[in-house]
Amino acid sequence: MMPAIILVVSLAALLQFFVSYCRSLIAATVKQPLSSEVQDVTGISRAASGEDFLRVVQLLQLCPARPHDRGEIRAIDAYFHLLNFLRSTLGRIAPALLSWTEVERGHCTYFAAVTLERRIAFSRDLLAQQMST
Amino acid sequence: MPGPFDYTVWILCTLLEAGVVVCSLLRHSFRRYFTLNLYMMASVATSLGRYVFLTRSGLASNEYTYFYYYSDAILTICLYFALMGMYSLVFEELGAKTYVRAFSMLLLAGTALFSYGVVHQSESRMVTPYVFELSQNLYFVGLVLTYLLWGAVLKMRETRARVVQFILSLGVYFSLYAANYALHNIYPNIGYWMYLPPLISTLLPIAWCYALLRFNEDARLAPARLAVIPR
Repeated sequence: MMPAIILVVSLAALLQFFVSYCRSLIAATVKQPLSSEVQDVTGISRAASGEDFLRVVQLLQLCPARPHDRGEIRAIDAYFHLLNFLRSTLGRIAPALLSWTEVERGHCTYFAAVTLERRIAFSRDLLAQQMST
Repeated sequence: MPGPFDYTVWILCTLLEAGVVVCSLLRHSFRRYFTLNLYMMASVATSLGRYVFLTRSGLASNEYTYFYYYSDAILTICLYFALMGMYSLVFEELGAKTYVRAFSMLLLAGTALFSYGVVHQSESRMVTPYVFELSQNLYFVGLVLTYLLWGAVLKMRETRARVVQFILSLGVYFSLYAANYALHNIYPNIGYWMYLPPLISTLLPIAWCYALLRFNEDARLAPARLAVIPR
């Protein structure tokens, strides 16, 4: 009985900690403006939509990865899939949850766009270093 | 003997743990996050010790089994200290350091007495499911303590990005371990659980390395963005 209670409580806590962790990763980028170049490439001019997430991630995969942004994009990708799952299950019976997941999915897309911006800058730096040597 | 997968994850985890200490030194944060670094250094030392016992005595030997479980208990105590260090950082502005230190001492004394009791159990109990139940309970207590700390962070509107990330990754780590041990207690015959703990143990150094490299000490997060239910 006790292990079952511990399992349920641990999984509930895991879900909450994971969501909060991903939100803290996103919070660090939410005020960062996108350059007009990245806005053109991603099609994000004002508010980002969750529908664009997979497309922006595909663009991300075309750029050389920075050493420490692989883990964060994987975490946000998992968070995005969790939001999709919530949207397609509990979202149907709770409209407030549906609108919350939509806002969060948009934040995930914005996070991916900011990461893309960083990777483009990183690639340019790499190229500049190669040109100078 | 462990296979290539086990060795790869083991080496990777040890390197990441050493990486946390190196990042901390490079970012001049070693003293500020001393308890976190202490845990990582203890983890590296334990990994090296386990390797020595494994090559000398073998995986199935009593020496390796005892070293493994006793070192795990010591590491858990170090992790409790890391958690208390986080409590100390969160409550430092309230001037509650003395209370946190007193609580840490009580926790250490309690854990030491508890461990003393465990040592005096019969030899056979140490290699039975009792060990898993003990680990499950220790990680669950850690999870409850982390959850309380996270509640305090939200209540006090803590905004320091590094502190927030350290606490949340600790929460993910403790809850994954507690759930894994509980699952093993419920279904002891499933073999997958042997592979999970090494993978889970890589998450904490990855998250801490990331927090140290990505954010500087002054980085702040908007408190409203941290709560799952926006305030």
